[in-house]
Amino acid sequence: MKKGKMLKKAKPKTDKQIQAVVYVSLKEGVLDPQGITVKRALDDLGYRGVKDVRSGRFFQITLEGNSSRNSQTLMAEIANKLLANPVIERFEVKAAK
Amino acid sequence: MKFGVVVFPGSNCDYDAYKILLDVMHQRAEYLWHKDSSLDNCDCIILPGGFSYGDYLRTGAIARFSPIMKQIIKFARDGGLVLGICNGFQILLEAGLLPGAMLQNSSLRFVCRHIYLKVERNDLPFTKTCQIGDTLKIPVAHKEGNYYIDQAGLLELEREQQVVFRYSTRNGELTEEANPNGSLANIAGITNKQGNVLGLMPHPERASESTLGSDDGKKVFESIVAYFEERG
Repeated sequence: MKKGKMLKKAKPKTDKQIQAVVYVSLKEGVLDPQGITVKRALDDLGYRGVKDVRSGRFFQITLEGNSSRNSQTLMAEIANKLLANPVIERFEVKAAK
Repeated sequence: MKFGVVVFPGSNCDYDAYKILLDVMHQRAEYLWHKDSSLDNCDCIILPGGFSYGDYLRTGAIARFSPIMKQIIKFARDGGLVLGICNGFQILLEAGLLPGAMLQNSSLRFVCRHIYLKVERNDLPFTKTCQIGDTLKIPVAHKEGNYYIDQAGLLELEREQQVVFRYSTRNGELTEEANPNGSLANIAGITNKQGNVLGLMPHPERASESTLGSDDGKKVFESIVAYFEERG
C-alpha cells in the first residue's frame, strides 16, 4: 500500500490501465453463414429449441489510464473506424472501467 | 500509358497482373509498394488479389489504411482508373470507393473454380471491348466474395447501372447454381457512379492466356489499353 503510494508520487502519470471490450457482430438482417451453420450443427446434435445463432467477435483493449480522452468515446471511434464495418456490422463497447 | 500494381504485405496475384501487362499486353507497368506515398504518374492502378495483412480483422480492412491508399483515394476521386481484383475489390469496399461489403461465401468454403461472368455494361474503360451479354470464362478464388448491400443500396446500384459483371451460366442465365458465393443479385463486379473504379471478385489476370484454359480475362486489360489509346 505504502509502496504504491510512493511510486505514485514519484511518477505523476500513473500506470493505471483501463480495460474495454468491444463486441462486433453482423447487423440484424445481414446473412450470417457461420451462425446458420452452427445452428444446423446444434440441430443435428439434437439440441431442440435453438431458434437462432448469430456469430460475432470481441476485442479486449487495454488503454493507458492517463489517457486524456474519454475512453468510451475513443472506443466508439476505434470501433467505427477499424474494428467494425458499419455497412454490415454493429458494435457495442462494454466494461470500460 | 503506365499501369501501377500495388503490393501489400500478403498480395499474391501482383506478379500475375504484372506479367500479363508486360508479356501479354506489352504495356508499361511497375510495382507500387503500399508504404509509398506516390503513384509515380501511373495512369491505371491495379489492386491485386491475395490476402493483404493475412485477411485479419476483415478482408481489406487493414490494407485500406496503408499509406498509398490516401493517394489512391484521391486519384480515384479525381477520375483516375482503379481496378480492384478479388482482395483488391475487398479493399475498395473497405475504403468506401465502392459501395457495399463482403460476407463469407454462403457455403463457408473457399471457392476456386472457373465461372462465367455476364457483361452488363460496355461503356466503361474496363469493358469497352466487350459486348453487353458476353459471357467471360474467368476463375474465382475466394472465401469472402458474398457481396452484400442493404436493400436501398441495391436499388440504387441497379438504378445507376453500377453492376458490371454478374455470375451466370455459359449462356448468360443468372441462376442460383451459377453463383459461387451467394452474392446478392449474382453480383460479381461493380463500378462507382463515375465509372472509373471497378471491383470484381473473379481474376481476369488468371485467364489472359489460352494456355491457362481461357483468355477471356484479357478483354478487361485490352479495354483499358484501348481506352487510353483512344484518349491519346
